[in-house]
Amino acid sequence: MTSRPARPRPRASEAPPAPAGGVAIEVRELLKRFGADAPPALDSISTWIAPGTITGLVGPDGAGKTTLLRTLAGLLAPTSGTVRVLGQDPLTNAALREQIGYMPQKFGLYEDLSVQENLNLYADLRDVVGEARVESFKQMLAFTDLARFTERLAGKLSGGMKQKLGLACSLLGSPKVLLLDEPGVGVDPISRRELWRMVRELAHGGMTIVWSTAYLDEAELCDHVRLMNEGSLLAAGTPKDLMGAMQGRSLHLTKLTAPRRDVLQRALRAPEVMDGVIQGDQVRLVLREAAQRPDLGPIQAGPEATLVEVAPRLEDAFISLLGGGPGGDSPLAEVTRDVELHADQDPSAVIEARELTKRFGDFTATDAVSFRVAKGEVFGLLGPNGAGKSTTFKMECGLLKPTEGQALVMGIDLKKSPSAARQRLGYMAQKFSLYTQLTARENLEFFSGVYGLRGAEQRLKIDEMIEAFDLNPWLSQRTLDLPLGLKQRLALACAVMHEPEILFLDEPTSGVDPITRREFWTHINALAQKGVTIMVTTHFMDEAEYCDRIGLIYRGKLIALDTPDQLKHGTATPDCPDPTMEEAFIHLIQAFQARLDEVAS
Amino acid sequence: MKAVNLRRLRALCLKESFQILRDPSSILVAFVMPVVLLFVFGYALNLDSSSLRLGLLMEDQGPAAIQFEQTLKASSNFVVEVGHSKAALLERMAHGKLRGVVVVRSDFGARLAEGHGGAAIQVLTDGSEPNTASFVGSNLEGLWQTWQQQRGQNLALDNHPMIDVRSRAWFNPSTVSRNFLVPGAIAVVMTIIGALLTSLVVAREWERGTMEALLATPVTKAEMLLSKILPYYVLGLAAMALCLLVATLLMGVPFRGSLLALFLLTTLFLGCALGNGLFLSTVMKNQFNAASAALVSAFLPSMMLSGFVFEISSMPWPLRALTHVIPARYFAGSLQTLFQAGTLMPILVSDSLGLILLMGFWLGLTAKNTGRTLE
Repeated sequence: MTSRPARPRPRASEAPPAPAGGVAIEVRELLKRFGADAPPALDSISTWIAPGTITGLVGPDGAGKTTLLRTLAGLLAPTSGTVRVLGQDPLTNAALREQIGYMPQKFGLYEDLSVQENLNLYADLRDVVGEARVESFKQMLAFTDLARFTERLAGKLSGGMKQKLGLACSLLGSPKVLLLDEPGVGVDPISRRELWRMVRELAHGGMTIVWSTAYLDEAELCDHVRLMNEGSLLAAGTPKDLMGAMQGRSLHLTKLTAPRRDVLQRALRAPEVMDGVIQGDQVRLVLREAAQRPDLGPIQAGPEATLVEVAPRLEDAFISLLGGGPGGDSPLAEVTRDVELHADQDPSAVIEARELTKRFGDFTATDAVSFRVAKGEVFGLLGPNGAGKSTTFKMECGLLKPTEGQALVMGIDLKKSPSAARQRLGYMAQKFSLYTQLTARENLEFFSGVYGLRGAEQRLKIDEMIEAFDLNPWLSQRTLDLPLGLKQRLALACAVMHEPEILFLDEPTSGVDPITRREFWTHINALAQKGVTIMVTTHFMDEAEYCDRIGLIYRGKLIALDTPDQLKHGTATPDCPDPTMEEAFIHLIQAFQARLDEVAS
Repeated sequence: MKAVNLRRLRALCLKESFQILRDPSSILVAFVMPVVLLFVFGYALNLDSSSLRLGLLMEDQGPAAIQFEQTLKASSNFVVEVGHSKAALLERMAHGKLRGVVVVRSDFGARLAEGHGGAAIQVLTDGSEPNTASFVGSNLEGLWQTWQQQRGQNLALDNHPMIDVRSRAWFNPSTVSRNFLVPGAIAVVMTIIGALLTSLVVAREWERGTMEALLATPVTKAEMLLSKILPYYVLGLAAMALCLLVATLLMGVPFRGSLLALFLLTTLFLGCALGNGLFLSTVMKNQFNAASAALVSAFLPSMMLSGFVFEISSMPWPLRALTHVIPARYFAGSLQTLFQAGTLMPILVSDSLGLILLMGFWLGLTAKNTGRTLE
């Protein structure tokens, strides 16, 4: 992985043949540039979308999903190429707007207007009057279950309710085409599931729906998918077709006796293996095209270890299209020393929360949360937006003061001596936190200086980071101009330069492409092997399974804390004997909610 | 498709009005700030010269000198402080305790008796504050003349002046500077309401992502623009009415013009200010930048270049030329005319023409920059 060769830019050469029943949307050779010198945001996209289906536009940030949706909604003019929605050009044909419903990423709601006022506004704008208006309001309020909240201001709704109201507003006037831009972001899994049910119902009624998402597991639910990366269309087809092409290549390595991270690292060295991740107690591997199963000998997984074929995922197909994962050896580990704890430090509580509570006014963001993280453990904090996971996380790394309780790092109370603790921890913020006007090298120099590295030691460390993260070609570029994946790499480099014993990562992989995500986890795994204790938050359900243990935060409370496998097994029911991580979370949240309701009544 | 559909326009205006009414800051800017500013400009910013602190050193204690001292002490313009040494008085002036020092020389009585009236008193003023210094100078000069005349009459000498100048200020008979400042302040207040509030509204839609949803509906460009202008126009008229009431009823500033003329001129001026604010908002797409630009391009010129505080006729010619593109210049002038002089058509018509041209410029520019796409 040290020197990643420039990836070829694969793309679907031809759009698949259009269906016999005609198409609702057709795009030909669509090119879109913002500025003459800028790289294309959409690079000669040709595809179609069938009527009455849910089509997923899938890809990381910067793939071109939003640009494509905006072009379809007539909000952007193509640089070249043609766009047809229901046979018309959306840019010039104003009447077409009545046929298109569009929900932007921020839902497009007026927060200082009530639910009913938002509905009234969009009904008037879309000429929904008289009988039809009364009828569709009744229908929408029942459909979204918002009838009880018509007088509430939109700004005071929860994420899930905002999203439903946004959907209702874009559905007024019964559009034939519905464009949804990342509707699942920032919404709890239960609301997301409900949204799917609603959208599914609409598609049955004949509506054409385009749904963009960065989550490949979510895209598996669509009728069709269009995989996108860096402005190009990588593949088009049904999830079944795309995953079917991977049949036989996805395997689980089970019954491990050796540590999972070591097994994964060795497995990824096998030439047959294209990609691999940790999944609970097992290791999940994907083979190269037409490759044999690898020899288990050198992998040293244990005497009883076996390979079991499992159902492929859309992510496997995506990574295969991108040319395979980055491999399992982290050059960062080679320059990282093993962590030696002080003799009087309890290795089972390197990070500890004791009845941690944070109140903002009369709102309790974190409510008596307690946990301990052991040396070398990867500990994941999960939960919907606004549940309190970021607040908990920030108290543990000393960025917020707890109202009650204690946050300890290496046995040091962060309230009493925050700076002593800070020197020993590394932190990577959710939002990109480097100086965008400085070059990559200047950022490295600045952050190493802040952590007290000087002279020869500092120069050596900077060189090591450049080597480990393959930053050489980018050193003199302003950070602002770097691609997203590289910015994240540089941010991680800056966070680990002082060789912290503890690493806090707040959604380090949100929005980045699957290959860069793999690369990140290779580093995280390698650091954990060296004894670094890692606390991470994530929105990706599959990433939750890379962790040793997971804490699930909901409404400020830690409602579950266990290994991923135990959490899943614990929520198995006769109806759902083998739940996915997301199903397990939904189950846990619903059970918690039921207990709350019981107490309330 | 028609350019304006009344239902859509009504719905958009309603939405905008709700937003105005529910945002405490817009109510604050439209109704609280005008009252505060009018009082600040009307009372705190005072260009009248009264109660100037004056130091007096009496080197001569003759009867004439004593008489002069009495006259000085009796004047309403001065508060006199008698000192014992020139150095001590100058020291107090250096500390800003005194605005000027008058020295009645030891030969005061003798030179007066000789009758050639030379430099019998010495006046020292604080040159670091030229305005105050010249007030002190001219007021003392006037006082000296009057005193000499009275003295002449008292001595029954025939020294009546050949020309007796009796000045009377025509439009502001009592020369209360408030009567002249308040109409100018109203122009400043209306600039803030018109340009600052509207500089936020389009940018807010961009920042909150509602613009995207709005553009995806059948809304037309004309509807969008009108829905941003009309509610704020009504708000501006309401604020104008409030200003008029506060000025005339609470502050006692006379209003001599016609209300219709005031309404028409306010309409024209709001057209300029709203156009200016909307243009900035449309182009910047960011509330902070747009509001900063509105402060610099609308509020500051309305303070400095409208003739409200600094008289335009005494500016150097490049600045004088620049004032012609500042809407507040025409509006402040018209308001001062309407309040102090009445409905003087020639002045109002020429001011209206200026406002109409500027209104066309700003609204045209805004319309040109309002698009139906996100770019």
